[in-house]
Order: sequence, then C-alpha cells, then structure tokens
Amino acid sequence: MDNWQELLVDLVVIAVFIGGIAQFRTPSGARRGNITAALAFAAALALVVYRNTIAQPWLVGATFVVGAVAGWVIAERITMTRIPALIALQNGAGGGASLLVSLVELGRVSAADDALGIGFALAGMLVGGVALAGSVVAAAKLENRISSRPPQLPTYNLLLVLLLALFGGAAALSLTITGLDQPVALAIAALSTLALGAALALRVGGADMPVLISLLNAFSGLAAAFLGVATGNEMLIAAGAMVGSSGTILTLVMARAMNRSVGSILTGAQLAQPASGAPSAGAEGAPVAQENAAAAPAAAGPPDALRQARGALAGATSVIIVPGYGMALAQAQHEVAALARKLSQAGKLVRFAVHPVAGRMPGHMHVLLAEADVDYDDLYEMDAINDDFATTDVAIVVGASDVVNPAAITVADTPISGMPILRVHEADTVIVCNLDSRPGYSGVPNPLYQDPKSILLFGDAKESVASLIGEHAR
Amino acid sequence: MSDILLMLGIFAFTSVVSYALISRVPQRLHTPLMSFTNAISAVTILGALLLFTEEATALAIVLGGTAIVLAAFNLVGGFAITGRMARMFRQ
Repeated sequence: MDNWQELLVDLVVIAVFIGGIAQFRTPSGARRGNITAALAFAAALALVVYRNTIAQPWLVGATFVVGAVAGWVIAERITMTRIPALIALQNGAGGGASLLVSLVELGRVSAADDALGIGFALAGMLVGGVALAGSVVAAAKLENRISSRPPQLPTYNLLLVLLLALFGGAAALSLTITGLDQPVALAIAALSTLALGAALALRVGGADMPVLISLLNAFSGLAAAFLGVATGNEMLIAAGAMVGSSGTILTLVMARAMNRSVGSILTGAQLAQPASGAPSAGAEGAPVAQENAAAAPAAAGPPDALRQARGALAGATSVIIVPGYGMALAQAQHEVAALARKLSQAGKLVRFAVHPVAGRMPGHMHVLLAEADVDYDDLYEMDAINDDFATTDVAIVVGASDVVNPAAITVADTPISGMPILRVHEADTVIVCNLDSRPGYSGVPNPLYQDPKSILLFGDAKESVASLIGEHAR
Repeated sequence: MSDILLMLGIFAFTSVVSYALISRVPQRLHTPLMSFTNAISAVTILGALLLFTEEATALAIVLGGTAIVLAAFNLVGGFAITGRMARMFRQ
C-alpha cells in the first residue's frame, strides 16, 4: 500500500461491493445489487489504470474488449436450459485468469524474493488451475458431452496425491532454478493443477453436481484473494474473499440438503452401490425397473392412469408441483407452468415445492420456472412447504426421484437415509411424471411407485405434463 | 510485506461479513447469486492489469493478454447473465 489515502479509497470500493451483496434478498434487490457491484468493479478497474502506467495500453484494451464482447453476447443469447454450463464456464474463465496471472508473477520472482508473496502466488495458481479444469469438466457434464457417471478407480486418492506432489515438486524446482528451465518447471506445475482439477471433477457425478459447482465457485474466489495477497492489492483480496464465502455457504447448504459430508461427495464414497443406475439408462438399473413395473398398481395402464390423473386434478382444491432434474432434461418447464396456470385459473391453490439440490446447480429449478413465467412468490423452499403436503389433495412430481423418495425416512443404511426430502407421499394423491420407475441417481428404489395413492405417468415429462392439460407437447 | 496483517485482516473481515450477508440470501436466488459472485471473482483482472505495468517478456504478454480475455469474459458475462436472470423473476 502506497499511502493511507489510497487504502481509504480501496476500502470505500470494497464497501460498495459488500453493499451489492447485501441487496441480494429479493429479485429486484438482486437487480440493484448486480448493478451496484458492477459499478464498484468499474471503479476498481479505473483506479488500477489511474494509479499505474500500463505499458501496452492498446493490447490491454483490445484483449479486454474481445473478452467483454464475447462474454456479453453469449450471456445475452444463451437459452436458460444451458445456463448451468455457461456459469461453470464463466467460473472456469476466472480461475484460468488467476492461473495465468500467478504464472507470470512466479516467472518474475526467484527464491530470494519475499517468501510469503511466492507462497500465496503458488496457492492462487493451484486453486485457479483446479477451478479452471474442474469447471470445464463440470460444464461438459452439464451439457452431457461426457458421462455423468464417475469413473471408479481404486487408486483415485493416490492419483490425486501424486498430482499434488507433482505440483509441489515442480513449483519448488521453479524457484530454485533459473534460465530456460524455469518456465518448463512452472508449466509442469500449472499442468498438474489442471490435471488435479479435472480428476477431482470427473469423480463427482450427476446429482452431486450442485456441490461441485458451488465448491469451484469458492475456489475461483479464493484464487483471486490469494493473488491479491501476492500482489498486495486490497480490492482483489476483499472481492476474492466474498466469493470464497459465498461458494463455501452454497457448498455447505447443498451438502446439508443431501445429509452428506462434502468429503464423501467429492470422493464419490457412497456411490458404489450395486443397483446404482443413472436416471437416463444403465444395464444394472433395468432388472429393478422391470420388477417395479410388474409390481405397480394394475390400474395404472397409460390411458387409465391419465384419466385417473385428470380426475384427481379436477377434484382437487390444492396442488403442489415438485420439479426435479427430469424437468430440466425434458425441458418441460413451459408445460409445467402452463399446467399450473390452468389449475390456478380453475380456482385451485397451486404452489411449487423445490428441494435445495433438485437439478444440477443451486437454484436450478427456480431459474427454469422463472423463465417459464412462474411467479416468484409461488416458489416455496422445502422447509416452508413440507408440512403442507399432508393437507394437500394432489402432489405432482415432475422428473424427481431421490428428493421425494420416502425411503430416505423409512429405510436405514441407504445412500439417502436421513436426507431431508419433500414429503409428497403425505398428499392424498401423487401424480408421478417421471421417465420410468428406475431409481434416481442414488440407486435407491422409490416406494412411491408401489404406493396405491400414486398415479404413474411414465415417459417424457414434457408430453406427460402436456397430456395432463389436454394438449400435445410443443 | 509489512502489510500482511492488514491484508489478512481485510480477508478475514470481508469473509465474515459476506458470510453473514450471503447466509440470508433465499434459495430461490441461489443461481443468480452464484453467477453474481462469479462475476466478482473476475476481479483477478486487476492482477492481470498490473502485469502490464512492468517490463514484460513476449511470453508474459501473451499469458497476461489471455488472462485479460478470460477475466473480461467472466466479468461482463457474469454481470450480464445475473441481470438477465434477476429480471426474469416475476413478483
């Protein structure tokens, strides 16, 4: 810090950033907070440019414009169903920037320099590299470019330790050698952080994605904060710390909503279940599915089930809709919203109950339903609505299994035992619009499918929901 | 590095204050919150700018320039998508 006036100005900028976060309570507050923080960001950029002489202003300006235009155009044009992947990629870009900045910083120092600064630059490089590679893998999984099933290698932990050791060794070497070999050592260190991030993210599968995304969010913030200490920039430290806090909170909220520890999610510890078929397909899941189908209520043939479901809805005065990842997968949010509007126009009380880990990122269902024009005040969080299922006529499950699986309460020693669920089974009637009766991501069979109060509309959720309204899916 | 205590103090203070504030963000806004904080994490662009205040090798310029592209993508894209989502929520 050059003098106390500069520090004071920095603290004001930091306070404005915090003011932006403080407004995140309601949608309109979020809009204002977003603008507030963007202004603080502009001020921080202006301060750095004003206080320093940029040696290559045209290059810096041009690269900024390229990144900014690309970021703006993609963010404005992308469809809402692809938002999770875009957010992961944006996060990865931030982590990648931190990785590159620390690389250059480290290339300029030698071991004779300030050890603390070097240590923090190395930490920034490690966390930034993990955030970059982890986010790219996460984005690929969210777009279904690569399988969401985690590879099961008995030596996975050993692999992670070896990569970490490789990073440490190469980093230490880069400080002690000079000349042409130093960039090589730094490059090896950087590549090992990327491999580490990819390995970490590959092992987290399907329904555990919200935890991974939140954790990577925290990492990109921490990378910035570490770089801030390394370069002595207070605004970097504070902004990075905010993101670190936010990502940490989201990670803990998601893990708590699964009743699992962050460690067990990252190591895929509870996923080595014999019957763990992914919701989409899987040979192991098939026998269970047939068994379930055979045991399903005999009256639940498709036309009968549809008639029953329409009848139940016609006679209902209160309805709760529970969306899950299947709704996102089938892109059924518009049909779901149309169904809600129709029921609501018929004078019924219609509400949405959203489990914290429904979908593939924190708040995933809310964004999709908001896009389909569902009113913000109709979206209820688990604790706010769970007691109301018992007094509700019809619960409609759209593409959700684990988060409504009563086995979490009634059966001990399953991967979801003790996980808080939405208690749809307490409603008088449950209409299930899932693809099939295969278990959800956890692999635990769902007793809802055998419950006599359940009406099963298996198949594409978009079509099932549309048929409930009496329309064909668009 | 005589400022280390000040820097760690700022880190600790902002972490605690943000933790308290963000704990009260409703779940319904978790996705916008995430993209919002994502945009803020692009603050690493300040570090990238500072790289260009010293004499730089060609390699450093290429890496630093790439860092600015990535961070600007994260920064502008993050605020844009957050605004888009926040506008989408009807009340």
